[in-house]
Amino acid sequence: MAPKLDHNIEGTNGFCRTCLTDLPPRDTSAPAPPRCPNCHSPRLVKPEQVAGLSIAHIDCDAFYAAIEKRDNPDLATKPVLIGGGVRGVVSTACYIARVDGVHSAMPMFQARKLCPDAVIIKPNMGKYSAAGQQVRQLMEEVTPLVQPVSIDEAFLDLTGTERLHGMVPAKTLCKLAKHIEDKVGITVSIGLSHNKFLAKMASDEDKPAGFFSITSAQTRDYLSAKPVTAIWGVGKAMGKKLNRHGITHVSQLQRMEQAELVKQYGEFGLRLYNLSRGIDHRQVRKTDVVKSISGETTFNEDIADQERLERLLWRQAERVASRAKKTGWAGYTVTLKLKDNQFKSITRSKSLHDPTQLADVIYRTAQPFLAKECTGRKYRLLGVGISNLVDPGDSDPQDLLDPDAATRAKAERAMDLVRNKFGKDAIEKGRSLSTSKQALPEQNEDTDPDPRNL
Amino acid sequence: MKLVIDRNGLLKSLAHVQSVVERRNTIPILSNILIDATGDAVTLTATDLEIAVLDSLDAQVMTPGATTVPAHTLFDIVRKLPDGSEICLDTTEAEGRLTLSAGRSRFALSCLPRDDFPVMADDSLPTSFELAAKELARLVDKARFAISTEETRYYLNGIYLHAADQDGDAMLRAVATDGHRLALVQMALPHGAEGMPDVIVPRKTVTEIRKLIDDVSGTVQIALSDTKIKFSVGSVTLTSKLIDGTFPDYNRVIPEGNDKILKVDGASFAAAVDRVSTISTEKSRAVKLAIGTDAVELSANSPDAGSAVEEIAASYGAEPLEVGFNAKYLLDITTQIEGDEAEFVMADSGSPTIVRDGEDDGALYVLMPMRV
Repeated sequence: MAPKLDHNIEGTNGFCRTCLTDLPPRDTSAPAPPRCPNCHSPRLVKPEQVAGLSIAHIDCDAFYAAIEKRDNPDLATKPVLIGGGVRGVVSTACYIARVDGVHSAMPMFQARKLCPDAVIIKPNMGKYSAAGQQVRQLMEEVTPLVQPVSIDEAFLDLTGTERLHGMVPAKTLCKLAKHIEDKVGITVSIGLSHNKFLAKMASDEDKPAGFFSITSAQTRDYLSAKPVTAIWGVGKAMGKKLNRHGITHVSQLQRMEQAELVKQYGEFGLRLYNLSRGIDHRQVRKTDVVKSISGETTFNEDIADQERLERLLWRQAERVASRAKKTGWAGYTVTLKLKDNQFKSITRSKSLHDPTQLADVIYRTAQPFLAKECTGRKYRLLGVGISNLVDPGDSDPQDLLDPDAATRAKAERAMDLVRNKFGKDAIEKGRSLSTSKQALPEQNEDTDPDPRNL
Repeated sequence: MKLVIDRNGLLKSLAHVQSVVERRNTIPILSNILIDATGDAVTLTATDLEIAVLDSLDAQVMTPGATTVPAHTLFDIVRKLPDGSEICLDTTEAEGRLTLSAGRSRFALSCLPRDDFPVMADDSLPTSFELAAKELARLVDKARFAISTEETRYYLNGIYLHAADQDGDAMLRAVATDGHRLALVQMALPHGAEGMPDVIVPRKTVTEIRKLIDDVSGTVQIALSDTKIKFSVGSVTLTSKLIDGTFPDYNRVIPEGNDKILKVDGASFAAAVDRVSTISTEKSRAVKLAIGTDAVELSANSPDAGSAVEEIAASYGAEPLEVGFNAKYLLDITTQIEGDEAEFVMADSGSPTIVRDGEDDGALYVLMPMRV
């Protein structure tokens, strides 16, 4: 950008992240001031760190735990774990708990061992998704190009917003972070760079309440010190494979020729070549957030009994249907998911002629799949969902040949009304009533973003 | 086996039989066509185990014999050979090869033994009758769009062909439904069809027989038992297994108390539905009919595509009514209407509607409205 314009753009000379005051222009040969002249905060963003960067990744810090702490100040100084029940896993550990080595996706029993004083809270997805929505709205006030990755993180493309906001993207982002802190009551960490891959890595560098940027000039050096597993797409298996070939660090990849990598690893080699050099051409795209509605439960004990599994399926179908109705979606595809006691997952899907939002249809579509898998195998998890979501206007048309279906649909909608008025337990179908309290599922928070009023 | 055959005749026969052969087959022999030469004729047979199509044509047979070769390859070769050429088929030159030569072209096709070719058992087909090809085409055309593709209700995956009594007249009736719409087409029961079993003719059989009777002005012989049906058209015979299931009692689906009658010009209504439904998408498929005394306003709305409205003249005697239909279903039905007048017989916006062809009182459709 021409320097003439820069005078009107805030943050061009650097700014303070705490009070958002712009730093005075300085001679680049002189040492940078260590603290903000206004508030004395050391959290200064220097112009050379952020010049020309506009792709950001924003990640909420220990999202679920932060919300619980926000709502209950007593928890502020205590280690907090969010997750469910006897066999659940930790879905979020607050930063205090992380000191003891607890991390998300860790089995709860292990987390308890590491951090016996931890306060364990069952996830309240309704609350989290409301906060997630709030955060997303604030993001969308800053740029229309927001690509949510999950409930608590998103990519933002701020290219071309300098004139609109009158400030450099870095300052817009820091202002947004402050905004989120003030309005939602949680902190976020910002990664800023010239593409999504680097922005995502950057957001992880300075957590919590962090800000980290990677400029084009820094990219190669920044990446060279990282282990290969830092590269997006390199998981356990690929990491092992690379290690076997003596490749442990990105710097080694950086020294390899493209042809060599492609020959060795095929198409993935091309990715390794590009990402190790910080090349990533993916665009920030606005995506539809809701792609599917599903619910799943991990049981307290493994279940092989078909009847019990069917009852649990019905419960899940009801939950999914209820959320579909509430959020105004209907799905063309019904998917059943099972995980057996060997942790092997099975998924079965079927596309429907017409989209549905009825528990009855979801259950009837998934039940034959379930029946087929009930071969004495023990299952630890059952889930069902709908996808290919559309407006429910055309959903569940009456079937000329199955007038009973219409009756069942009417009954279901009548039950919905009763529940909306008197609460979720006001009325239940016989088949879910017989579910013994023992077998009552725990919610797997990760796949069930909104169990409110269920 | 060695024979010489006219290309045009062979192409026509191959066209008749090869379409039953699936593009992908797990059993290799099912990709093949059986060529059987005896006397001065050659018989071509193709099958998918459910349907077998057989055609015979004159040929100059030097050495009788039989073999099987890939159906689509053979068809493609013959299709590309020049009009009027003479084709020589020969298996005597090389083991396991069929040599096809015409003019200066020579092809060697790999064969599979004829004994491996599945033969459909020749059961006895006690009922047999004759039908004008045009009549059969009418039954098929007006019913087949309503055939269900839903596998769970496999008994709906075909046309229900049966004898029925209509106010004392014996009728041959074809019914198809997918739960959203129902088509019922009938004609006077042909001689010989009395006491025929009620059968469900599978979708693919319907498609294949329809191809065979296209442009045929003569008659079709139909023979059937409760498990098989055989159609003979000229030199071609198609034998098919039937769907083993019970077709639901469709009479329950046809409403009786509907009293609101809307009459529209069939052709202009169909054209209007077609135009308006351009706007309807996978996500919003409804066409709304706002019915007044002398006009119907058709409209479609889609959040993505926009909206469309068209008004056409109508005659209607009851209180104004708004009703929505799936655009495609409505179009499927209205395009079948041949007469000048299409008649909608309705109860309300939520109950099954009857659509009748003013001209053809042998056809009746039932359509379920959509919420709009």
